[in-house]
Amino acid sequence: MLRYIAKRMVFAIPTLFAVSIVAFIIIQLPPGDYLTTLMADWASQGGAVEAGTVAAMRDRYGLDQPIYFQYYKWIAGILTRGDFGISFDFGKPVTELIWNRLGFSLLLSVLTLCFVWAIAIPIGILSAVRQYSISDYTATFLAFFFLAVPDFLMALSAMYIMSAWFGQSVGGLFSAEYVDVSWSLGKLIDFAQHVWLPVVVIGLGSLAALVRIMRANLLDELSKPYVTTARAKGMSEFELLLRYPVRLALNPLISTIGWILPAVISGEIIVSVVMSLPTTGPLLLRSLLAQDMYLAGSLILLISVLTIIGTLISDILLAITDPRIRLQ
Amino acid sequence: MTIMKDTILEVRELRTVFPTRTGIFKAVDGVSFELKRGKTLCVVGESGSGKSVTARSILQIVDRPGRIEGGSVLLTRADGSTTDLAKLEPRGREIRDVRGKEIAMIFQEPMSSLSPVHRIGTQIGESLRIHFGTPKHEQRERVLELLRQVEIPHPETAIDRYTFEFSGGMRQRVMIAMALACNPSVLIADEPTTALDVTTQAEILDLIKKLQQNHGMAVLFITHDMGVVAEIADEVLVMYRGKVMERGPVEQIFHAPQDAYTHRLIDSVVRLEKKAELRLARPAIPEGTAPLLDVRNLSLTFPSGLKAVDDVSLTVRPGETLGIVGESGSGKTTMGRCLLRIYDPQAGTIDYRRPDGHMVDIRTADKAALKKIRSEVRMIFQDPVGSLSPRKTVGQIIAEPLKIAGMKGRELNDRVADLMQQVGLEPAWRERYPHAFSGGQRQRIGIARAIALKPRLIVADEATSALDVSLRSQMLDLMMKLQDELGLSYVFISHDMSVIRYMCDRVAVMYRGKIVEVGETDQVVNEPAHDYTRALLSAIPHPDPHNRRIHNRFRYKAGRTA
Repeated sequence: MLRYIAKRMVFAIPTLFAVSIVAFIIIQLPPGDYLTTLMADWASQGGAVEAGTVAAMRDRYGLDQPIYFQYYKWIAGILTRGDFGISFDFGKPVTELIWNRLGFSLLLSVLTLCFVWAIAIPIGILSAVRQYSISDYTATFLAFFFLAVPDFLMALSAMYIMSAWFGQSVGGLFSAEYVDVSWSLGKLIDFAQHVWLPVVVIGLGSLAALVRIMRANLLDELSKPYVTTARAKGMSEFELLLRYPVRLALNPLISTIGWILPAVISGEIIVSVVMSLPTTGPLLLRSLLAQDMYLAGSLILLISVLTIIGTLISDILLAITDPRIRLQ
Repeated sequence: MTIMKDTILEVRELRTVFPTRTGIFKAVDGVSFELKRGKTLCVVGESGSGKSVTARSILQIVDRPGRIEGGSVLLTRADGSTTDLAKLEPRGREIRDVRGKEIAMIFQEPMSSLSPVHRIGTQIGESLRIHFGTPKHEQRERVLELLRQVEIPHPETAIDRYTFEFSGGMRQRVMIAMALACNPSVLIADEPTTALDVTTQAEILDLIKKLQQNHGMAVLFITHDMGVVAEIADEVLVMYRGKVMERGPVEQIFHAPQDAYTHRLIDSVVRLEKKAELRLARPAIPEGTAPLLDVRNLSLTFPSGLKAVDDVSLTVRPGETLGIVGESGSGKTTMGRCLLRIYDPQAGTIDYRRPDGHMVDIRTADKAALKKIRSEVRMIFQDPVGSLSPRKTVGQIIAEPLKIAGMKGRELNDRVADLMQQVGLEPAWRERYPHAFSGGQRQRIGIARAIALKPRLIVADEATSALDVSLRSQMLDLMMKLQDELGLSYVFISHDMSVIRYMCDRVAVMYRGKIVEVGETDQVVNEPAHDYTRALLSAIPHPDPHNRRIHNRFRYKAGRTA
């Protein structure tokens, strides 16, 4: 088992490298760099910049060097000193800007995953056991409806409903008085009051896929001979359902963490912008618009790391729950 | 012990139906029988005869949408009380109390009938928890005892293992242990040995017999193998299309069948007990004939280190049928595939004589040569469902090798029609898809495809194993007819000795990748030289209840000679 985990971890390393290179290249793809964006900004505000200043800044930021050298400098800084570079836009080290937000992003994603699973599994089971019934059709319809509604629209309507009808404070993860204080029970309660709305909004979008997967897996398992065997033992139908077919249908569902996690994270970006959450989403959007390449590159890299870790966790969970995988 | 009534289960006029789109399908149509303490009733019939549904109806575990429409299933308990199981609510408490506790069941596929993600100890102990609420540690004790009873080696470690760590025979033992957990008074066995080798089958039959004697259970044994029936049955129920054709003591069924269908069934079994008339009449192939295929010292080791084919040498003469017999895992299928270079053997030669007389080594032949050889050496597969594409019409399937060889237009159409006629299919059916055909007809399609290019050698891998016994001899007769018409040679791979005896001129016995014995079929069958062959032969159920022998069979211990 430990060897299996070690092997998986080793396999993750080249993937991470590939991701860092791709992330860096994508950021460099649009024409121009941070300075041209800055120039355009200044020009639109009526200011003019001397050519000498631009050249000096370009030299200072190292933007005149070839792209592979810039990449080398960046990655070497991360690997040796944990230094992700400087954000041009904020004029601060990237590390300072993102750690806090990354923590909230991760927390939000994990909570969303838990929420989606908690909802999708029972609905999937119900849909499978009562295949082609009203409840099956209703669940399927609702799941697809939420899949079809764009995230931002859902976020907007949810915020409108909550604030206009229920008078709840929406937006952000905390009330104003808790934003800058350290953690306490009061802050935790306040957090719980705020976080459920974005979790529901992000989660509902991924619900349909999981419900359908659960339903299809379970339908396959329900007709397997071992179900008949268990029935012939005299087990009650409900216990039988949970103990055998559902238990086996969950295995493929566990492997979905690997791709549900990126979906949740990308959904989180839009929703976070709309609901002004202190996560990485709004920061990433801003850095991309400003071509703030070290900040954007670092964010994409770290989000990818999270995804790869998520896949790793799903692999390990799968090995724990399915003895057949352990055997290999 | 008090004196108990002999009849434990009495089934009267049982009717189970499956509503379908076009109407109601009567799977079980007025079946009656009794199960007596300590006795075995065998239910025989071809696939689709309703024997499995009958068994499942007793416990009300028929798959949806099937339901019991009428009749009664009276269970008499030791204290004299009786219950009509057919009247109970299928999901209710009462029937669940009967399942596993008073009537237990074992199934055909021990792999898929057990959960792959639960330890076997948990699966066996479960019935104890359900019916007696036995606490965990006591459960474990009882499970260990059960594992010992079914003779699983090292029960203390086996109890915490998973099904996929066991062989087929061991899995079936686990199933039996599970069924015995609550000391049931009736054991229903639904084709429990069909998926097993003959030697493993003999062991499982032995085990069931022994346990039946120890526990005094009534056994309902479902099978399509008349040999097994003759070995174990006290009474026999012959079913055909949901109806009982005949019911009686085993001697009567085999030696004085009353019903015409039983007669036919017994005949088709007995036919396979001797050499085909077609072959008896044929003059022997002259001794000195140069071989068509000459395999020398062929070896194949899989990357896992398994020596699947180990120094195999054999010859096939023109017009001859060479049988390859052995248990699953003996390497016979792998060997057959090596002959067409589906696998690449690492050592040895496969010399094949081309029509112009010169020899080619298939093992080292290059692509172009191999392509030519593959039109002369063809294969027929075991699974008539899986080896035909469901998205192609029968005409397209048969035409495929011809098209690859460059035939087209009218010529192609005529040839396909000819081929279909040759194997006994109506050419008018060419537009139909494989699912519209029965198992036997599908195997005919496979044969038509194999002979399309006028091959000289056909490797038939378990070509008749998936067929009912009544179809088996028909298929073999067809293959022999084609052999005589087209001058074919066969390499006939099978685990079924009776099939080999029926049609093969010579036979090679394989065991763990090696050929342990080769010879004329009559000689190998009647005077086997190797101990393994003797063990294999003595494990084969003999379709004559007067001559029960597998309980006293000869057992081969690996390593004694190896």
